[in-house]
Amino acid sequence: MSYKVKLDVFEGPLDLLLYLIKKSEIDIYDIPIADVTEQYLEYIELMRMLDLNIAGEFLVMAATLIHIKSKMLLPPEEKELLPEEEEDPREELVRRLLEYKKFKEVAGVLQDLEGQRKKMFTRASAFEGEPEEKFFEASLFDLITALTKVLKDVPKEVFQDIVKDEFTVEQKVHDLLHILVNTSLLHLSEIFKKCRNKAEIIATFLAVLELIRLKEIIVVQNHSFSEIEVIRNEKHRLRVE
Amino acid sequence: MHRDQAKNIIEAMLFVSDKPLFLNEINGVLDEFKAQDIKDVISELSKEYEDASRAFRIKEIAGGYQITTDPSLASWLKKLYKTSGADRLSGPSLETLAIVAYKQPATKPEIETIRGVNVDGVLKTLIEKSLVRITGRRDTVGRPILYGTSQEFLQYFGLNSLEELPKLEEFNITEQDIELPEHLRKEEETTPGPGSGVVYTEGKDEAVQSS
Repeated sequence: MSYKVKLDVFEGPLDLLLYLIKKSEIDIYDIPIADVTEQYLEYIELMRMLDLNIAGEFLVMAATLIHIKSKMLLPPEEKELLPEEEEDPREELVRRLLEYKKFKEVAGVLQDLEGQRKKMFTRASAFEGEPEEKFFEASLFDLITALTKVLKDVPKEVFQDIVKDEFTVEQKVHDLLHILVNTSLLHLSEIFKKCRNKAEIIATFLAVLELIRLKEIIVVQNHSFSEIEVIRNEKHRLRVE
Repeated sequence: MHRDQAKNIIEAMLFVSDKPLFLNEINGVLDEFKAQDIKDVISELSKEYEDASRAFRIKEIAGGYQITTDPSLASWLKKLYKTSGADRLSGPSLETLAIVAYKQPATKPEIETIRGVNVDGVLKTLIEKSLVRITGRRDTVGRPILYGTSQEFLQYFGLNSLEELPKLEEFNITEQDIELPEHLRKEEETTPGPGSGVVYTEGKDEAVQSS
């Protein structure tokens, strides 16, 4: 069997299941659970082989499928007596699939509307060029992008010595906190500029992440891809000895 | 004031505005006219544009009126602005928006239950894009944050109100169908609901290219 489908199209386990059901032309109300489970696990295995990041939800669904499969293997309990109350182990899954499918279809409608709307141009805001002091918290990805950008700029051959834990995250946390006692705002790139090599940049970066985690600082960005600013979190006054 | 003059003023206001103008905003300027008169003038203008095959249309968006270009001119305008259409929302974003739009106000776990995956990142992006907003907190344990769609959501999709979205029941599968006992269900043929043929065209394109 050859797989030519781009795998990361599947946004979640329900998405993958719907795809498998559609592909095998299965009746959604009567899913051959053993077959589907097998196909589902094959996909997961393939995703793993391709080094795709498998979200935990995919594994939870795999467990659910196997659970249902084992339940179906058990002999039905006196189903003649209460045919209406007999519960199909697949029922909950089918309900979730149908619910999800509905919204997936709505998403298709929205996509159409989006396409139609994009065909209608309106006057652009005359104030768009004005600097707007509207910022949002920079995401982890923004930070990582900033890091990769900095790492790229590091001269490569200059540092070849093996540096032995010269820079620790702990030290960098301290340094940053000290800097932030006097200044309330720092540009992330400036912090990195002071670093002498990769190890120091990484230690600094980890220190920034740590300080965010500790809610000592906030990182903000005025707009996408702009300079990331590090601000002292005033609500969470730092305690430096 | 003469009606023709009012018409010019309304046209000018719509022309200048970079966002949908609400009827009461227009009425605030032309206070000697009734809201209905203004509405009539706007539909007159709209009709004139269309009848004369002008480049403009007046569209009711997000509860207001806005001048837009005729959709058939889009390909040229796209060339001018060099938009590739890459600024479209992703599949997960659209799905999440769909759930928020119909289930609002909804909590994050409620959205995640339907999608079957974590929506942290998507929700954040949608809030950054102002398409989703926090509407409050539910008065239950943990006081979870409630999310809903924004005015920008309507503008983005060119909707006048949420009522314009198709009813969930139109998607063939109703809550009742789900509750039906199995032996009754099988007799019903599932016919694709509106829009089912266009779900994830983007994803399909990619699949074709990579094969």
